[in-house]
Amino acid sequence: MGPCMSTPDASPLPISTVSDAAVATGDLAEALADRVRDASARRAPLRIVGGDTKAFLGRRTDGEPLEMSCHRGVIAYDPSELVITARAGTPITEVEAQLAERGQMLAFEPPVLGETSTLGGVVAAGLAGPRRPFAGAIRDSVLGVTVLNGRGAALRLGGTVFKNVAGFDGFRLMAGAMGSLGVLLDVSLRVSPVAAAEASRSLELGWPAARTLITGLMRRPLPLTGAAHDGGRLHLRFAGAPQSVAAITAEVGGEETAEAFWQDLRHRRPPLFAAPRLWRLSVPRTAELGEPPGEWLRDWAGGEIWLGSDAPAERVRTLATDAGGHATLYRGAAPDEQVFTPLPAPMLTLHQRLKAAFDPAGVFNPGRVYEGL
Amino acid sequence: MLDQFDVALDPCFPPVDRARLLAALAAVLPADGLIDKTEGLRVYESDGLAAYRSLPAAVALPRDAGEVRGVLRACASLGVPVVARGAGTGLSGGALPSPGCVLLSLSRMSAILAIDADARTARVQPGVRNLAISEAAAAHGLFYAPDPSSQLACSIGGNVAENAGGVHCLKYGLTVHNVQAMEVITLTGDRLVLGGEALDAPGYDLMALMTGSEGLLGVVTEVTVRLLPNAEHTQVMLAAFADVRAAGEAVAAIIAAGIIPAGLEMMDRLALGAAEAHTHAGYPTDAAAILLCELDGAKDDVIADLARVAAVCEAHGATEVRLARGEAERRLFWAGRKGAFPAMGRLAPDYYCIDGTIPRRRLPDVLEAIERLSARHGLAVANVFHAGDGNLHPLILYDANQDGGIERAEALGGAILELCVAMGGTITGEHGVGREKINQMCTQFTTAEIETFHAIKAAFDPAGLLNPGKGIPTLERCVDHGAMHVHAGRESFAHLDRF
Repeated sequence: MGPCMSTPDASPLPISTVSDAAVATGDLAEALADRVRDASARRAPLRIVGGDTKAFLGRRTDGEPLEMSCHRGVIAYDPSELVITARAGTPITEVEAQLAERGQMLAFEPPVLGETSTLGGVVAAGLAGPRRPFAGAIRDSVLGVTVLNGRGAALRLGGTVFKNVAGFDGFRLMAGAMGSLGVLLDVSLRVSPVAAAEASRSLELGWPAARTLITGLMRRPLPLTGAAHDGGRLHLRFAGAPQSVAAITAEVGGEETAEAFWQDLRHRRPPLFAAPRLWRLSVPRTAELGEPPGEWLRDWAGGEIWLGSDAPAERVRTLATDAGGHATLYRGAAPDEQVFTPLPAPMLTLHQRLKAAFDPAGVFNPGRVYEGL
Repeated sequence: MLDQFDVALDPCFPPVDRARLLAALAAVLPADGLIDKTEGLRVYESDGLAAYRSLPAAVALPRDAGEVRGVLRACASLGVPVVARGAGTGLSGGALPSPGCVLLSLSRMSAILAIDADARTARVQPGVRNLAISEAAAAHGLFYAPDPSSQLACSIGGNVAENAGGVHCLKYGLTVHNVQAMEVITLTGDRLVLGGEALDAPGYDLMALMTGSEGLLGVVTEVTVRLLPNAEHTQVMLAAFADVRAAGEAVAAIIAAGIIPAGLEMMDRLALGAAEAHTHAGYPTDAAAILLCELDGAKDDVIADLARVAAVCEAHGATEVRLARGEAERRLFWAGRKGAFPAMGRLAPDYYCIDGTIPRRRLPDVLEAIERLSARHGLAVANVFHAGDGNLHPLILYDANQDGGIERAEALGGAILELCVAMGGTITGEHGVGREKINQMCTQFTTAEIETFHAIKAAFDPAGLLNPGKGIPTLERCVDHGAMHVHAGRESFAHLDRF
């Protein structure tokens, strides 16, 4: 809370419009709604900023910054409900620390690219770590959101319970929408118990052979929670009850892999992530794929390929689409270059209509996902 | 009753010349793919919510996506509403025909197109039965996890439309967590592929939006589902309690202990007595409530976790804890649970199944509140439900032949759903809003939220012809239902009353 109180520069608004009381509670919903109404009335684009750790992701959007980091705090957490609800500006590390204290975690293992990274930014970016193929994506864990639409109305979509089929799942749409549909105020996430035991092994194995091994393992009911290939070695992580983790690690053999490997991968720290042009290919993990044109690393059991490459965008995109997937220019796009794989015309039209349903004046992060959205 | 549409409160469309409609449909369907005689239409007048009945103008039975598209285009050009129907087992009137509609039955599109055991997926047509997928996958040691109680009959297309759940959601998720890709045709005839073979797709997650959209956004013509490897070992434990509150507390304690059972079900005295008389599962009929807790996984892990569950139950005052002795008794324990609904026939001529979800830790309070509501309304309520998910299924016992019997049951049901909302839960955990809970939507959502749902629908279906009058109430209906004051209260205390 400190920075929100002491440095007016960090305030999301001209300080005169935010009461000290609101800042002290961490609840700036009213002030944020006023700001959105004002922007919509002026048709002035807003650039929604959480911890500003993923500004590189997506196309450039030029708008007045809407700072979220002072709208913060865990609203409710009861371990027996497997649900945590927190304001969007809450640092994701704070959310994870509270969960860890009670032996729980976010199953989708979000990459945390800086201390300031917020819950809202994590949900909006929709990224997930090594556990994704085995435990689901953010959209699978989101139970509900409160989101400001372009009219400044706070919409509560979904709820705090796992089984809930009342109304459209608009809350799941927010995962990965890059803030283009609304301003997340708070998010309820399903959480998971941390397993009693965890162990990792690595094997010296080329990719095709590694893929065969992974496919075989995934045909069996094993507690697999990570399968990544760094170009030379296959790394496997297992988490579950001690007996079954011990049994499968003994069967797999190889060498022990340090937990740091998975933390580095999750948080995008391997050297490859410093590549000037970094692609993320999302493909079927069983797909036959030609040799990617550059240095690569495979996560998600082979379903996510990180590729540092100067190859023409068309070539990389074709490689992914031919395999039944898509490619994102994760980092290093030229100004106005397409970042996400273009949508077929009827799909883009539908996206534009959905955006207009939430954001009629088109003020939320315009152009961040696609031009014209 | 709600099967009657009200021109003042529901979307209604000007009548269309029936001969013109039939001619337009005949042009895109095979001769045996169009039903227009009253006796044939009668089969489609209701779904699993049999109390609601209404005849469609015609029934279309397409054989493929091309014919589906033809029907949708014909209806769009004439301004005729379309109600899609899978197996018709839904419990909320989602497939109830609306006045003058074409009922689009997907039952002929029932082929399993491909099973890819290595990718652990099955690509199927929408009319394929839920259980048929697991049966086909069994040869590969795989299964499809969501298992609604109607899984023998219900179709995967209907499961997607309703975001169907089941007994094993707690561990394996709902339909939305188990679908990989789908092909959808919109009312305007666009063919959309949502999701894909990879784990994500570019753009908004329209596949998640489509799942559970109750036929309001598009018609699903193909689905790729994810399959899971069969567990090595499965075991079920029965725990009996002398007190319903203690059983409810044990449920929260099991989850808090870090155990995620494959299924965690609860039955109260009334339900388990009827079930025992019906199935002879060996339930302790002197108990106030029983829990059935199923664990699956590696054998050693299951055995270890069962011991922990037993300890939790005993710490919460369980009077008896026992494991099924072998696979036959495990199946018998479940047969009793699954037979609980039909067993209600022993207690009353009719029952009305309610479907709300509440936060787990509220279980004891809610069960007591339901008991009070039951006494006030003068109708008995049996409880048999997915306790691990907090997904209640109060069964209201009534007699439809008594004057006002149905209306009294509906009134009690509505009160229970509004209780669920007040407790921070939802009016439907897995059955869907459909026609049945259209008024309670006004209790759960604000005007701005309902307007957002209408705007989402309009993005896909600008003319509003797909399943009108279901899922989302008109604002006029909410005013009529008199629930607006609830909104005002909730908006003022947006963070206070949800948990």
